[in-house]
Order: sequence, then structure tokens, then C-alpha cells
Amino acid sequence: MDTFPKLLLHHAATRPDAPAVREKDYGIWQTWSWSQAAQEVRALACGLAALGLRRGRNLAIVGDNRPRLYWAMTAAQALGSVPVPLYQDAVAEEMVYILNDSQVRFAIVEDQEQLDKLLEVKSRCPQLETIIYDDPRGLRHYTHPFLRSYEVLARLGREFDAANPAFFQQSVDATRPEHVSVMLYTSGTTGKPKGVCQTHRAFIESARGACAFDDLGPDDDVLSYLPMAWVGDHLFSYAEALYAGFTINCPESGDTVMTDMREIGPTYFFAPPRIYEGLLTQVMIRMEDAALPKRKIFEYFMNVARGCGAQILDGARVPLVRKLSYALGNLLVYGPLRNVLGMSRIRVAYTAGAAIGPDLFRFYRSIGVNLKQLYGSTETCAYVCLQPSGAVKLESVGRPAPGVEVKIADGGEVLVRGPMLLKEYHNRPDATAESIDGEGWFHTGDAGYFDDSGELRIIDRAQDVGKLAGGALFAPNYVENKLKFFPYIKEAVAFGHAREHVCAFVNIDMPAVGNWAERRGIAYSGYTDLAAKDEVYALIAGCIERMNAELAADPVLAHSQVRRFLILHKELDPDDDELTRTRKLRRGFIAEKYGPLIEALYSARTRQFIETQVRFEDGRTGMVGAELKIVDVKTVDPAAARKAA
Amino acid sequence: MTAPHPDVALAIRRLGEPILAVENVSLAFGGVKALQGVSFHVREHEVLAIIGPNGAGKTSMLNVINGVYHPQQGTIRLRTDAGWREFRDMKPHDAAVIGIARTFQSIALFKGMSVLDNIMTGRNLRMRCGLLAQALRIGPAEREEIRHREAVERIIEFLEIEAHRRTPVGRLPYGLQKRVDLGRALASEPRLLLLDEPMAGMNLEEKEDMCRFILDANDEFGTTVALIEHDMSVVMDISDRVVVLDYGRKIADGAPEAVRANPAVIEAYLGTRH
Repeated sequence: MDTFPKLLLHHAATRPDAPAVREKDYGIWQTWSWSQAAQEVRALACGLAALGLRRGRNLAIVGDNRPRLYWAMTAAQALGSVPVPLYQDAVAEEMVYILNDSQVRFAIVEDQEQLDKLLEVKSRCPQLETIIYDDPRGLRHYTHPFLRSYEVLARLGREFDAANPAFFQQSVDATRPEHVSVMLYTSGTTGKPKGVCQTHRAFIESARGACAFDDLGPDDDVLSYLPMAWVGDHLFSYAEALYAGFTINCPESGDTVMTDMREIGPTYFFAPPRIYEGLLTQVMIRMEDAALPKRKIFEYFMNVARGCGAQILDGARVPLVRKLSYALGNLLVYGPLRNVLGMSRIRVAYTAGAAIGPDLFRFYRSIGVNLKQLYGSTETCAYVCLQPSGAVKLESVGRPAPGVEVKIADGGEVLVRGPMLLKEYHNRPDATAESIDGEGWFHTGDAGYFDDSGELRIIDRAQDVGKLAGGALFAPNYVENKLKFFPYIKEAVAFGHAREHVCAFVNIDMPAVGNWAERRGIAYSGYTDLAAKDEVYALIAGCIERMNAELAADPVLAHSQVRRFLILHKELDPDDDELTRTRKLRRGFIAEKYGPLIEALYSARTRQFIETQVRFEDGRTGMVGAELKIVDVKTVDPAAARKAA
Repeated sequence: MTAPHPDVALAIRRLGEPILAVENVSLAFGGVKALQGVSFHVREHEVLAIIGPNGAGKTSMLNVINGVYHPQQGTIRLRTDAGWREFRDMKPHDAAVIGIARTFQSIALFKGMSVLDNIMTGRNLRMRCGLLAQALRIGPAEREEIRHREAVERIIEFLEIEAHRRTPVGRLPYGLQKRVDLGRALASEPRLLLLDEPMAGMNLEEKEDMCRFILDANDEFGTTVALIEHDMSVVMDISDRVVVLDYGRKIADGAPEAVRANPAVIEAYLGTRH
């Protein structure tokens, strides 16, 4: 059982009737058992073989999480071909590079939308010879000779199977753990996307470690709703599901995920922070519309939960009185709330991909959802560090997972080694050599350090990390994230590399601060006016002081406290090239554009005039000028802070 | 909406024989002549648009076809499985029974009922069991309910409103309510579907979605569609044929390009008088 096709046949032989896959269709959850899934994969593999798919010819997979697309993945692997899942929301242009780079000869697509994209670029992908589609809707007039429906392919496969009954088993037997099992493309925020080649062994070892770590077994249920091209989905919904033999559940459509989640009640769940945030917002909006007594009960017990919920979840000692009131709260509030969120049965929930806000993290843990963090990347099968149940911290990402070695390079970069590492970047020996050194350490590009209890903390991208003039580590992204967790702060830019101390630009969050100002009767005309108010400066200074106090207690980052700041007169905007389309800061550009402001921050001045060009939504440009105030903030002496802690 | 690429070879839809014939129909309300001697036909599987300036008699025409108004003159004939049938004093109920479904300019749904139940009402005429049998779930009632529910679920999937299955219609935004209205009409598996300004009041994206659903229904189910529409670009995009009314008279009838080039139409509708 060292490859995925072998694992599938193993489950089909030992637990033929256990549920392998569910999908909601026509309003009802349809279930396929392991033996049915194995039959589908067999027909599909034989059909693909009949059409000429084999080792060295790869299969692109494009669509939402559909059982047939997961089966196509196993079918390709059974033939020694490599499946290449693509992001289904990518536009056709973005697909061209990957289709050509990965030597895709075959593609299986979910529906007309995806098919039209491939047809649009097919003339530029000469090696793409056959396209298979799952949902025939709208396709009855498509007469291209290279198109096959899933049904036709499966029928072809059954005929091929009848003529060559030994073929499928022989093919599966020929799969080897050291063969590449999947090619996942990195998002490519810097340069062209790179195809990460992972072997059966890498993913199976990662799945083995993760399943043992969280005690996952055949009775677990996972909701498969994140893009199939993303390493997280491949680990959770494919590798771990096939290793442990648990059930994957495919939602009806992208819009119904939350309803479907409530119906399934997954025991194992994975989501980036924004999903948890969206869920929480829904709950809070509904609570605000609730009747007053309900709201009071909710507020009271949420206070109780904040006080002791996380400790109870971690099994810490809590006074009996508080335990009892938590139990009552569980009956009246937390239980029903978990039910509404679809989290009643969750044993293990993970978040990763971005920093999670402290309030958000505590909220879920306090109502009894075992939310944890993990650290990993496409190159490491999303498997490097995991937080153990019972010892979860907001700031760290846990200890190295079973079988994984982690060390910190001199520059602060996190290096990892283990069976989960990529085999290579496809067609990019230069990139492979650059990221894996002679001793087999993979350079993650992330900066981090181990804290006192031996847990890894990730602070920034290594290339952004600098040093203060005094030699202390400076991680701008870390400081900015901490600031952005305050609801009043929308964006922040921290400066400090080769400087005496850290200073920052702040963008206020217009709806939040606007609402705050209205409640206090502060009149304002617009963003620029509001941002310049003394009251608003005081509000933001208060936020920064609180952050400084937290930072002071941190042995590594205590010197990153923000000494002076200003509130920008305009919002940073992708249209003005200050942010990327995914809202990441373009530091170099900002430093150049706002140079005079940065100099003023590091001088003794308390006011500075700046005039900048802005682009309006209709494409016109204009100049906006303002005189900005610069304010000092209290910092905390690190030594004193640590003594107090 | 993803437009099909030019490479995509679209076979010409097979238009059938006429299934509805409107012959010399005149309708007056007191002294107001809403329709004067209008004749046209609708062919099977086609999308026919009826256009015209305000007050040209478009909605009156639709109301005549499905039996809300009775014309003083002229005949309406519909081809059924048993051959051509002429309807002189047809009631809306009769129209529904013989397979004419419609949507309304002002949405006519049960606001307090869920999307699912609203579409289920479209199946009403196809249910064989009585009220009592349905309430008590005796005999074939349950099997029948399952069959109809499946048909409704297919429409829900077709219209991509899975996420709103259980939502009361009154809570949905306008564009989605229009879509549910279309779903209810489709649920009766009509021979002829009448749409009264299906895109009225919609934004561009909603209009594009609605166009796609109408074309897909026409394509997938072969539904014959007669629609009234104001938006000229929509009409030109989706209809096989256009009938133009002006002051209750038919002034043009033909393919969209031909109608657009017709001087009488330009003067009456597209031209400067408006």
C-alpha cells in the first residue's frame, strides 16, 4: 500500500461497503462506497488507457471538487501518468503556461465554463489532444472530434477492461512510491508558476504522520470544498482520505458550502482564516438582530467562554464554579452555536495560509471548537509543523511534525528536511538546486524562530526581514499584521531596516472608525478629514501602545515596538500601484512615493506636507495634498515587561 | 457568463413546424383599440420576441394568448398532441392545462413560501393524487411526490439556485425572484412559455444570466419561448424571430437583423419619434 491506487484497492477489498465519497446532487447526498469508487476508477483508467494516456503523458484536472475529478486523479496515477490539478477560477490565459509546462496531453474538465476556457487556448497548447467533460449541460452542440463525455469514456473503459481483464491490476501493481504522484503549481506571486513534483511516498508519509498525530481514522468526515489545485486540499481530501480511509464530502456548489457543512457535520475541517472570519461575521450579524433577552444571554455566556473556554478545551484546571457556568453556557449557547456553524462534530479543525487574528482564534476555541494551526507549503505537502491538541498557542505554529526536521539558518530562514519534501520543480533544475541544498534542506523562504517551549514561530518572508541599526531582528510583516488585527486599522506599513527604531504608516478602516466617530458625535467630511482628527490619532495611538506592550514581552521582537506613526491622508490602493491585486504591500514603491514622510518620521518634525497623485475610478488622475501630523507612541522597556510576565 | 468561443461549432437549432397560430386578432377596451388584426405564428423550439413602443399592445397580446383577455375578433390555435385546437373563450386555467406557461412583469410568486415550494406549485397540474391522499401520504402519493421533487430539483440545479432552496422567496433579491418565477413556469414542462419582460429592472449581469437561462432552457428542454422585451440588445441576441407591434398593429415580422433594418420599425421604435 505504498501508492494511492493500491490504497484505493486495499480499502475496496477490506471495507467494500464503507462510504468513500458523498456528493450533494439534486438536493440529496449521494454516496459511493469504496468498492463503487474503485470500479469507477477502474473504468476511467481503462478508458484513458484506451485513448492513449500512459506514463510521460499527463492529465490536467479543472473544476470544483467533484467525485469524478478525484477519481480521475487516481485513474491517472494508476496508469503512471501524473495528474495536474489547475485552479478552476484561473482565466484561460493563466492556464496556457501551466498546460504547456506540464506536458499535459489529456484534460478532464467539470463543465462548459471550464471547457470553453480550454477551447479558447487550445490552439496554443499543441500537445493537448483529448478533453473529457463531466457535466454535459450546454455541450450538446459541441462537435469537436477530441471531446469525450465522462459516460462515453467510462463505457470505452469497460469495453477495454473486458478485452484486457488483467490490464488494470497490472498497471496498479506497477506503480511505485518513488514515482511522481501529482504536480501542484505554486501560485507564482514572484515570476512564473513552478510545478512542484511530489511523489506517492511524500504525500503518503505526510498523511501517515498527520493521521497518527490527530488520531484520524476511517470514521472521520471531511468537507472537500477548497480548490483541488491547492496543496491543502490534496493532503486533506485526497492523501489523508485514501490513507486513513475516511469519507470526503463534496458540496453541491460553491454557494452552498455552509448549508452543506451543517448537514454533514464534518469531524475534520480545514480553512484559511477568512472562512472562519466569514462564519463569525454571519453569527454576529444574526445575534444583533435577535431579541434582547437572547442577546443578553449570548453576551453573558460569551464572556464566560472568553474567561475559561480555551482552558477547558485544553484540559487545564478550572475552578468548579466556572466549569459549571461553562457547562450551562454549553447547553444554552455554545452547543447550538456550534450546530449552526456546522461544527458540532468537529474533533480537529486547522487554519493555515495566513495569520489568524487573536479574537477570531480565541472565539472558536472558547466555544469548544478544537481550532489549531499548522505550517507547511506546496513543496512540503503542507506538512511541517502541527499544533498538538491541548497545547495550542496563538503565536506559534506548533512543533515539527513526526518525521520532519526543522532548523533555523543564520539569517533566520526556516529550513526543513524530511520525506515530505518535493522531488523537484518540473523542468526547473535551477530552481530545484536553489531551494534544496547539498544536505537536503529545503529553504522555505520564511523567517522564523523557535520559542522557549520549542515551538516554531513564523514571522515574515525571509526577504522582507531586516535588522535595526542596533542589530535586533525587524520583521515588518509581523508588525503590520499585528496592527491590522485591530478593527480600526485597515493597512499598515512598518519601517525600520537599518534605522534606530520602528515607525509606521497607518490607514484607518473607514467603516469602523467612521462608526466610532459617529457614536462620539465627531463630524467629518471624508477619509482625509477623518484621518487627520486628533481623536482618531489618539484612538490609533492607543492601539499601537497595546501592541507595543505585547511585543515587549517577546524576547526576539521586543525592539520592533513602533515609536512614531502617522495616518496617511489616502487609502493605499492597487489602482495607485501601492498594493498588488491581492492586496499585498509594494514596499519599494511606497518607500519611494512617500519618501519625505519617512524622513519626517525619523526626524523631530511633528508635521509634514505631502502631495501625491491619485487615480480616480474613471481613470482620471489628480493631485491630493495634505499636511500630516506625526505622533509619538509610548514604548515599553523589554526587560521590565519580561520581569512582570 | 462565459461566451462560447468562435471555435465552438454551434449546430443550428432545428426549428419545427408552427405550434401556435394567431390569426387576425383584434381587441378593444371600450374605444381603445389595443390590437387590430394581428396575425403571426410561433414555431416549435423557437425564441420569438414581441417588441414595440409603450402601449403598442405587447402585454395585451400575451394576455390574449393565455386566456386573460378574449379578443372580439380572430382566433388563437394551438397544436396539441391531438392536433390543432382552436380557443375562442379560453380561460387562463385552460391555457395552463394545454401547456401554456407564463411569467409576469410584476413577479407573481408566493412570497412567504420557499423557493422549492414555489417551483413545486408549477408541478401542480401534473399531480394526479387528490389533496387528501397527498396530505396523508397514502397510496401512490409519496412516490408521486418524490418524482415531482426530482423534477423540481433538476430545475433548481439548472437555474443554479441550490443555495436558496429553503429561502422564502420574499427574502431574495429581485433578480433571483425573477429566476424563481422562470423556474416555476418551466416546472410545468410547457409546450409554449410566455415571458413578460423577463429582464425588466435588472442590472447587466442579471440580464446576461437570464439570457443564458432562457437560451439554455430552449436548448436543453426544447422549450418554445415567446417573450416581450424592451432591451433591444437582448432581443437581437437571443431571439430567432422578432414581431414588432405599433399602435396595436403588426408592422414587421422576421429575423432580428431584417427587423432592425426595416424603416417602419426604425421610425416606430428605434427612431427619433421616441
